[in-house]
Amino acid sequence: MTHSLTESALWVLVLLPAVVGAALALSRLERAAAVVSLVTGTLTAVLALIVAFARPEVSVPFMAGSDFALGVDALSALVMPMVAVVTLLVVMFSAGEIRESQGRFHGLMLLFAAAALVTATAQSLPALLFSWEVMGATSFALIGFWWRDDRRVSAGVTAFVTTRTADVGMYVAAGAAVAGGSGLALADLAGSSASWRHVIAAGLLVAALGKAAQLPFSFWLSRAMEGPSPVSALLHSAAMVAMGGYLLLRVEPLLAATGWAAGAAAWVGAATALLLGTVAVAQRDLKQLLAASTSAQLGFVVMAAGLGTVSGGAAHLLAHASTKALLFLAAGAWLTALGTKRLAGLRGVARRWRLLGVTATAGALSLAGIAPLALWATKDAVLAAALEESPLLYAVGLAAAALSAAYAGKILMVVWRPVPLDKQAEVEGHHDEEQQGTRHVGPLEQAPLVVLALGALVLGALALPPVGDTAARTMAEEPLHPAPLELAVSALIALAVVGSVWWRRRVPEPRWALGWLGLEHITHVVVVRPTVRIAERLARFDDQVLDRAVTRSATGALTAARGMAAFDDTVVDGSVEAVSRGSVSAAERSARGDNRWLDGTVERVASWTRGLGRLARRPQTGQLHQYYIQAVAVLAIGVLLLLTVR
Amino acid sequence: MLSLIVFLPLAAALALVLAPRLGDTAARWSWVAVAGVDLALVVAVWWQYETPAEEQLAFEQRAEWMPGVNSSYHIGVDGLSLPLIAMTAVIFLACAVYALRDTNRPRLQAALFLFLQSVSMGLFVSADLILFFVFFDLSIVAMYFVIAGWGHGDAARSALKFFLYTFLGSLALLVGFIGLYIAADPHTFDMVELSEQTPLDGSSLAGGLVLAAILIGLAVKTPTVPFHTWLPPAHTDAPAVGSAVLAGVLLKMGTYGFVRIAMPMLPDAWRAWAWVVIVVGIVSVIYGALVALAQTDLKRMIAYTSVNHMGYIALAVGAAGLVAGDTAGARSIAVTGAVTQMVSHGLITGALFLLAGVLNDRADSYDMDAYGGLAAPAPRFAALFALGAFASLGLPGFSGFIAEFQIFTGSIAAAPATAIAVVGILITAALFLRALQRIFTGHTRGKSTGFGDLHPAELWSVGSLLLLSVLIGVFPRPLLDVIEPASEVLIDLVGR
Repeated sequence: MTHSLTESALWVLVLLPAVVGAALALSRLERAAAVVSLVTGTLTAVLALIVAFARPEVSVPFMAGSDFALGVDALSALVMPMVAVVTLLVVMFSAGEIRESQGRFHGLMLLFAAAALVTATAQSLPALLFSWEVMGATSFALIGFWWRDDRRVSAGVTAFVTTRTADVGMYVAAGAAVAGGSGLALADLAGSSASWRHVIAAGLLVAALGKAAQLPFSFWLSRAMEGPSPVSALLHSAAMVAMGGYLLLRVEPLLAATGWAAGAAAWVGAATALLLGTVAVAQRDLKQLLAASTSAQLGFVVMAAGLGTVSGGAAHLLAHASTKALLFLAAGAWLTALGTKRLAGLRGVARRWRLLGVTATAGALSLAGIAPLALWATKDAVLAAALEESPLLYAVGLAAAALSAAYAGKILMVVWRPVPLDKQAEVEGHHDEEQQGTRHVGPLEQAPLVVLALGALVLGALALPPVGDTAARTMAEEPLHPAPLELAVSALIALAVVGSVWWRRRVPEPRWALGWLGLEHITHVVVVRPTVRIAERLARFDDQVLDRAVTRSATGALTAARGMAAFDDTVVDGSVEAVSRGSVSAAERSARGDNRWLDGTVERVASWTRGLGRLARRPQTGQLHQYYIQAVAVLAIGVLLLLTVR
Repeated sequence: MLSLIVFLPLAAALALVLAPRLGDTAARWSWVAVAGVDLALVVAVWWQYETPAEEQLAFEQRAEWMPGVNSSYHIGVDGLSLPLIAMTAVIFLACAVYALRDTNRPRLQAALFLFLQSVSMGLFVSADLILFFVFFDLSIVAMYFVIAGWGHGDAARSALKFFLYTFLGSLALLVGFIGLYIAADPHTFDMVELSEQTPLDGSSLAGGLVLAAILIGLAVKTPTVPFHTWLPPAHTDAPAVGSAVLAGVLLKMGTYGFVRIAMPMLPDAWRAWAWVVIVVGIVSVIYGALVALAQTDLKRMIAYTSVNHMGYIALAVGAAGLVAGDTAGARSIAVTGAVTQMVSHGLITGALFLLAGVLNDRADSYDMDAYGGLAAPAPRFAALFALGAFASLGLPGFSGFIAEFQIFTGSIAAAPATAIAVVGILITAALFLRALQRIFTGHTRGKSTGFGDLHPAELWSVGSLLLLSVLIGVFPRPLLDVIEPASEVLIDLVGR
């Protein structure tokens, strides 16, 4: 009985926000939408906690011989409630902040939450890919939420297309999983045949790196900051990009079994943490700084997956979610209040709204890695695993940790240092530069920050001995205990860096780091522009060559037809005419022949005969002596004849 | 029952033609009514449908027609054709509802479309090659009149090009059919008997030539690259309902021919030439997507995405011909994906063409750059177009994902090189989002000012098609339970 109740709870957990979200998104509700959304968010959070304890599993037949399978195991039990709770807190915040198109906003946020919850509980590739792509689509719709602004929509398109490029890896991995004979269940992927396993691991690795905004995909996260701050807080810090890290934690056995994949993940994570850390230090816009830091912190999670410490990675994921959501919401509150998110305009702002300032400080301190706050403990868990693997990796990780202290210190320094009188006009010049500031921070905006700040303080326990060891054991891992020396070193480095940033009031801001390593420009030049040019050339080819060939063959057929017609007229019909003309001239020739020859011969005989007659008249001369000679001649011939005949 | 489904629209068409004093409204609504009744009958057939035995058909009917050439009136459905006649009924009903707003000779238009519906239904249920061919050619004739009579732009020229090109293709198809007839012993045009006999097994030259003839005929209709150039002008100049039917139903006649005629009757030749089909499919996918990306005319863009989507089907059925010991399951998945794609593409692209028709109706232009910020005056139009765009690019939650996931999974497992085709979903994502951005977001400018939002007829017709796509995308089992047994049978037949 309870077995099927908890299974229904799991279905309701994912379906409730989906259905309510879809309905809200298509509705025209405004304030009612916020209320509905809050209620749904609360229910979802409660269900998430119930399901995290009950650990049900459900599946329905879906497609391709595989199921749509959801289930809660030790890893999901940590991540899934985090998604639900952060969603609730962000929805609470946006109830106070988003004033227009609330139905569409809350609907899309709930749809996203449903997709993220499915991702966190997916146990088969179809379910995972399904929710993975839906997260991307809602992300597009939310980044471009203020669609009248072309720049924001274009940012959404960039984000979607970039993550979809990485998602292609997941489609290929699914094909490889079927080919390798392991089937599409996530837990079975490590058992695939050796050659196909490489493809599966590569595909999933690329997909996860893209979603988690790791190198070389990081630039889309920068563009994603065009969306409203609650969107950045939920999607682009706590939930969607976190799912990239979660995926690698989920398939860690596959990575480990494939050999090269685990090492690649660890090094890409470390490199991202380092390079994006420098990018974050150089930023002059608070949201851009936080975005770069998100990418860097997720580098630690990716590193943890590559090193095989899933519990450490999960703990860092949770701690980071709480911390970063807090900081993004604070940035959003300041943006609404003062109309600016540039650090130059936010100087000393923590003194103005105290609660907001204090909570933000808790977040910044945690981000810096100050002991004993959340991100210090969890980062050290990951670094301990790195030290076991390779000292170089540890060194890179430590440098990245120092950089996170630097950019967190930058935030603290900017928002807390009092502004000298001669600079106040300059600071106020930045106010209202993005939107009209309300100069007001409401309770709905501050309450969630308090909860998140508590998380930022306390969640380090997930990586430290009593709770952390239990968590590790439920995930079938050996608990990792960083040596006290490592803990002390990282704490001291963090303190030192924050202190030095505070006193020096300046950090290096190199151009290449400010521009996010030029990744977007490179992608545009290497990928986008050639593709568009090829597309245009193929379109011209299609019109001018292929189509013209068809049309030309048609006109050719028409010309051939006309030629045939001419042939028919001149040659075929002409030869008939020629035959008839020929017979007429033959008749004429026969007639002429008849006239000339036959008739002529008869005439010649007649004239001959006349000639003979004229000859016969010649002897009639009238002379007597000629008659006597003729008579003698005739007598002589007669006697001769008589004598010879006898 | 099937004969009723096939000939009811024809009877209604005749009645409409022979009633010259019927009013416009009455004509339009009787079209909707007849299409609705036909859909209800198809649903009833689906409800009672049970998977037939291997190489048999359900709801079979046979009557003597031309005994001298062994050609009979033989019809029936199985798992491959039942989804297609359901899709046909749905699309024609949606077009009938959409056309409730038409004022251009509605009685004749209704009669023509009902005739076309009869012909389309008849083709998908026919089990005799001559019967198939008759319906194939009649569909070309009917669509010619649709484009020439109700189209716009350079309608006469586009209609003529469409007619001559596809008719030429159908003649190649006829040559192939006659080749099959001659090789069969006893001579017959019956599809079931030919599938059993597989007359050209063993003669690779003759089999290859007959397959080539049939493939050329089907490739022109599908259309695949390089025989696709009739499609963009036909779509651009056709009326909205004409484009929806052309893309939704007529193109499927070509792809249906692959799975109904080419694969079961010429398994030897198909296996030998599978790679040609695969390459044609991959080229169509990538070429179609890239050329669509470069378009500025919305209808031309959607037309080229049809080439892309049909390329996936060619890819899958080609991969199904690469018979190797342990890939039967994967190849069956690929064929299931191909048939799902036929249904899905009909619904989604039909909806997109109906939406594109709204642009023509309000502002006489499909040029994407002439609009901007259209979501402000027309939010419902924007919402439906966004849903249609995401459905077409294969987002999960819509039927396109179910189809494309299965196609990729099956094809990659059968032939890893086909993974290159996945690039297609990237390019279509970029092109649809760009179109969405250019037309609907940003400042309201150009032809967007004063643009009227969707009327109920447009909303209901497009909305139902997209809703059906969502239902299949979220609950695919009812559809897949019908298709999967037929795919397995087909894989068995190809492997003989």
